[in-house]
Amino acid sequence: MEIFLQQVVSGLATGGIYGSVALALVMIYQATDVVNFAQGEMAMFSTYLAWSMLNAGVPYWAAFFATLAVAFVCGVVIERVVIRPVENAPVLTIVIVCIGLLVILNSVAGWIYSYIQKPFPSPFPEKPITIGNVFFGAHDLGALGVTLLVLLFLYVFFRYTTLGLAMRAAAQNPVSSRLCGIRVGWMLALGWGLAALVGAVAGLMIAPIVFLDPTMMSGILIYAFASATLGGFTSPGGAVLGGLLVGVIENLVGTYVKFIGTELKLTVALAMILVVLLVRPSGLFGRVAVHRV
Amino acid sequence: MSRGPEWRQALVLAAIAAACALPFLLSNFRLFQFTQVGIYAIALLGLNILTGYNGQISLGHGAFYALGAYTTAIMIDRWSVPYGWTIPVAGLLCLVAGFLFGIPALRLEGLYLALATFALALAVPQILKYFEHWTGGSQGIVLSKPGAPLGLRLSPDQWLYFVTLGVLILLFGLGANLLRGRTGRAIVAVRDNPIAAQAMGVNSALYKSLTFGVSAAYTGVAGALSALAIAFVAPDAFNVFLSITFLVGIVIGGLASISGAIFGGLFVQFVPNWAQEISKAAPWAIYGIFLIVFMYAMPRGIVGALRLAGARLARFRG
Repeated sequence: MEIFLQQVVSGLATGGIYGSVALALVMIYQATDVVNFAQGEMAMFSTYLAWSMLNAGVPYWAAFFATLAVAFVCGVVIERVVIRPVENAPVLTIVIVCIGLLVILNSVAGWIYSYIQKPFPSPFPEKPITIGNVFFGAHDLGALGVTLLVLLFLYVFFRYTTLGLAMRAAAQNPVSSRLCGIRVGWMLALGWGLAALVGAVAGLMIAPIVFLDPTMMSGILIYAFASATLGGFTSPGGAVLGGLLVGVIENLVGTYVKFIGTELKLTVALAMILVVLLVRPSGLFGRVAVHRV
Repeated sequence: MSRGPEWRQALVLAAIAAACALPFLLSNFRLFQFTQVGIYAIALLGLNILTGYNGQISLGHGAFYALGAYTTAIMIDRWSVPYGWTIPVAGLLCLVAGFLFGIPALRLEGLYLALATFALALAVPQILKYFEHWTGGSQGIVLSKPGAPLGLRLSPDQWLYFVTLGVLILLFGLGANLLRGRTGRAIVAVRDNPIAAQAMGVNSALYKSLTFGVSAAYTGVAGALSALAIAFVAPDAFNVFLSITFLVGIVIGGLASISGAIFGGLFVQFVPNWAQEISKAAPWAIYGIFLIVFMYAMPRGIVGALRLAGARLARFRG
């Protein structure tokens, strides 16, 4: 029972991180119908920026918020400079541009910081927290808390602010929004900025677990795809829930089903997603697209 | 073969003649690279039939490529089957596998299909390593390059080049025929408007899964040829990036075009090498910049740009 609880909590912690990256993907997808393959690498790059700041002696939380600010600005700039020129091109063309962005960020990070793994500090104490006779990693709980805070912030932002409403409107119906005086182009850029920010939080929280190196996010991105698919690409809440589900299931399957172990863990996760998609083709919480004939 | 305008026939014949002359002009290594271009072109045509003409996005064609490659490798290594027979077997096996995968894929649209096939591509290296008894695990299977038959005075690289070229011409001819006729129109109609297509009596489900099968068969044949050309198969060669490379190839070459597959093959084979020559430190950054600049300049791929230029030229003359 103790092992079960521990595995569930640590699954929730990594699942929260998958969920945040999935949320970042969903935010961009809903606004532009594009799956941003570079999302993971953007987060990885932000984490390296934080590492540089920490190495220069900046205190953790100052570096944390500075990184988020830089990530936000970079996200906006990337949308304006890289994505905007192909805005009206076919979707696959934009996907290829995102793939180009992915290899550039990955390669430049490797060039500047080398491909050697670096340890990354956690802001939370190392001593595990004991509740009853169950041990929980402090970083697991902390990461889960930070992730939930970010999600709450986003929820409040999109639900209760005018800017959030404008952004949702721009994503849902660009033409009418433009007629209402919303600057749709800038709303998209802001969406990219927010997605980059959420991704940066995920990067900062996962780096102490998986260590920092230029490929650290590729695995996470794959799980984020899985989470978003499971939850439904049209449902932000579903993406987060999908992330938590994937994290927990991944941990439990790895612990209890012996013949699968760690080698086939990913395959099992993917197989489950295929099964879910076959039963519910738009994910668990996705809206089924209705076509007018 | 092709019944297009005369200049187009002449162009195709000239290209074939040039391709036949290459082995006698280039070093064995360069020639090997062109063999790779041919192999990529076959795989890209396969993916283009599915994604470009039929509108089903697949990020998992690396899986069929791997299936083709391993079919050839296992047949030669285990049962000493002559290599020539392994290529059609690989194609048939992938046809069946693609058709079967195409049936559940019917339920998925656009992005969900792309991600489901992406899952397939991701799982391949792990699955190949798991069935160690057949696949040799991470060590892979080492083959020997087949030599030229009948005492032809060709090096193995030259012979493989001609085999690849022959298969390429055959498959491109078949593909062009398939896409030009009634079947091709049905495939495109299913992409453009499935409901109207069904109203016209096109069995949309059957066409979609059949297209998946044919597409997988092309890619499987390409995989089989690659196993012969490289004389080695190992799980890590068939990672996700292979599937992404295929997607890059068809978009760069031009969606829904047959010649686009050749341009795409040239791009994915040679541009990474050039990037390497330009910058040893960060070659993939250069590659990424190439990709982005290419997409800015030609959002509809190389063939799209050529068509546009042709149309402008015609208007200028007329």
